[in-house]
Amino acid sequence: MDGYGMQNQIACIRRSLFDQGYLDEQFIQLEELQDDANPNFVQEIVTLFYTDSTRLIQNIELTLNSRPINFSKLDDYMHQFKGSSSSIGAKKVTSECAVFRQYCAAGNAEACIRNFQHIKQEHAILRKKLEFYFQMMGQAAVAQTR
Amino acid sequence: MRVERVISDENDSFPVGMRVLAVDDDPTCLLLLETLLTKCKYNVTTTSQAITALKMLRENKNKFDLVISDVHMPDMDGFKLLELVGLEMDLPVIMLSANGDTKLVMEGITHGACDYLLKPVRIEELQNIWQHVIRRKKFDRKDRDGSGSQDKPYIDSSEAAGLGNVDHNGKFNKKRKDQNEDEDEERDENGHDNEDLSTQKKPRVVWSVELHRKFVAAVNQLGIEKAVPKKILELMNVENLTRENVASHLQKFRLYLKRISCVANQQANMAAALGSVDSTHLRMGTMNGLGNFHTLAGPDQIHNAAFRSFQHSGVLRRLNTPAGVGISGLPSSGLVQLSPVQNLGNTSTYQRKLQSFVIPGNHNANILQGMPMSLEFYQLQNNRAASHVGQFPSVDNTTVLPVSSISGSLIDAGCSNSPLLGVTSNSLLLEGSSQLPTLHASNLRDSVSGFPNRSTLSDFTSIAPASNQLHGSKADIQDQAFPISCNAGKIISSAPQDWNAPKKDAPYQSNVPSCSINSLRAVNGDMAQLGQCLDQNNPIFNRNVGFDFVDPLSIKCSEGENLAMEPSVIEKEGYLMVQPSRQGIYIPDNEGENFAMEPSVIEKEGYLIVQPRRQGSYIPGNLGSLEDLASAMTKQDHDKGKPTDGDFGYNDYSLRTCI
Repeated sequence: MDGYGMQNQIACIRRSLFDQGYLDEQFIQLEELQDDANPNFVQEIVTLFYTDSTRLIQNIELTLNSRPINFSKLDDYMHQFKGSSSSIGAKKVTSECAVFRQYCAAGNAEACIRNFQHIKQEHAILRKKLEFYFQMMGQAAVAQTR
Repeated sequence: MRVERVISDENDSFPVGMRVLAVDDDPTCLLLLETLLTKCKYNVTTTSQAITALKMLRENKNKFDLVISDVHMPDMDGFKLLELVGLEMDLPVIMLSANGDTKLVMEGITHGACDYLLKPVRIEELQNIWQHVIRRKKFDRKDRDGSGSQDKPYIDSSEAAGLGNVDHNGKFNKKRKDQNEDEDEERDENGHDNEDLSTQKKPRVVWSVELHRKFVAAVNQLGIEKAVPKKILELMNVENLTRENVASHLQKFRLYLKRISCVANQQANMAAALGSVDSTHLRMGTMNGLGNFHTLAGPDQIHNAAFRSFQHSGVLRRLNTPAGVGISGLPSSGLVQLSPVQNLGNTSTYQRKLQSFVIPGNHNANILQGMPMSLEFYQLQNNRAASHVGQFPSVDNTTVLPVSSISGSLIDAGCSNSPLLGVTSNSLLLEGSSQLPTLHASNLRDSVSGFPNRSTLSDFTSIAPASNQLHGSKADIQDQAFPISCNAGKIISSAPQDWNAPKKDAPYQSNVPSCSINSLRAVNGDMAQLGQCLDQNNPIFNRNVGFDFVDPLSIKCSEGENLAMEPSVIEKEGYLMVQPSRQGIYIPDNEGENFAMEPSVIEKEGYLIVQPRRQGSYIPGNLGSLEDLASAMTKQDHDKGKPTDGDFGYNDYSLRTCI
């Protein structure tokens, strides 16, 4: 059935997200927090993350583009970014942030800039994947109600 | 589904409905936290700004049971918020951070956090946070009339049971910061407090010198790091003592140690400066707190009992951040001198702790100030202490004044208007240190005179906070039996001393003949006043019976007996252990009892160990006289609405009692 088929598909998508290292067990925690009282929690929090992190990314960009680079500020931003990305289980993004912080601590501007590109990429990739995932879930939910 | 949200934690369904205030500037994390907490069935309020959080908390102190806060926030440092909340509202605070560096965690601890969680936080970790509320409440309750908490149904732990048993001999009185009156009562009679309390539903546990000694011995045995209430209880093997009693006492002790270490450092320095000071004496004082700290870490270090206390303090300091540790620094002079370095080391930590603890905002206290929350600080202190030892350089922020200059430095320290806390530590240290070395009459004299007449008191007040810290290191204090006390009017910042029944080494006691006291007197009129103040039956101070600031002069220098000497102001909570030992020596034994509590101002005669109430009771640094100080303290207490006898807070009343 459509519903079932979709469920299956969704399950596969989800599993691949974990297998490929995009998400970690924190995401599972989020899923567990979702319940009848809070039916859209996962989507809610992910959306919130993306909204907030976009702002953070902009700030980081600005800081990276300014001269001289304020590494301490960068570190602050990145600390927060890492905190929130780890809170939603964004594995790759979080680990890239950790790398960034190391470069930042070392004052290595070039490496920071380069690394930041990675972060942005991962961030964007995950976003797409999650959006797709949620979309599928939405469709499956609709299909099920049919 | 969410269940009934109980507003009051007294509700039977606690921890369901426990009111938590969550603060985090990151919206994602905040939402997650909120959801997790809600899932745990707590009643959650969130805010992304620390300032808003503070406002909410201040509006109604009883509105929340627990606060969880992120460390890294744009409008206010999480640690700062932590301190403020701890001081003003005395609520348990849990820190949250994505950064789990040991340094940061330590800082959290020194600032008084109940716990430190790493992001991303998991629900399992949050499921048990209610224990912090209960724990605090229980201990608080115990001190108070204790009617309620014991009966709390939700308490199914032994604590609950323990509470019920508290009453027995009324031996156990917990100093409650809010219970000034109680404390006063307790102070006066070391063992009679119970009677007063016995009428209450929950008998308070009076931490008599004896009891405290046992406690310290147990802690020493276990090692400050490993000292857990349960084991301590077992080792102590005292009837009718509950685990909660011990836990709360332990907490105070730790704070005390912290304070002492700061003070001790200072004292050590002072002692060093004094030179001849009886090491034991010095030790007794501040060093204890401080020194012990280190010693705590390394048993060998503390050669004196006093040190021992530090050791504990050291460990404690970790726990309780408040800088109280600083005070511990000055164990009887012996200590100080003996191992200034040691003490220093301890002191630094203590100091650090003291500082962090002490002053949320005011880091004047030299002693206290010096204490950066981190360990490093401690070490720094140590180093400083070491160096100071000959000269009392201010330890990290604490101005350790050489004995002779102790007074001066203390005063300075005190003066810094650090919110009591800071100051007191300094003062305490001063006292401690000065006491130690000065115990020897001559020493004191020098030091005493050294004290500027000016705001000595104020200094003391500041010291008080330090003393509070000292108290933290109760253990230390004991050893530290401030020499101060010995001499008339010496302010016995016994805080540090008290902790561990200085008996052991109570070196100063014997050594510090009245002279020290005298010298103290010389310090300044204020001091004298202080001393007097202190002396006067400061009920608060003298937890220990007996000693109410015995007129230093009248105290005979019975060396060795000092320990038993009247425990100078021994704070209820154990902090203020100012015991104007007769001999001027710090009576460590008595300390045991006092140490627990907030370091009040112990002033025997000159040493006014003012312990600013932790709770924010702030002792104006500019008190011109001991009286002012005392009144300031008292006022603060009242102002805060919390009896100073509260937990090791800085007891303002200590000042009062001094006189």
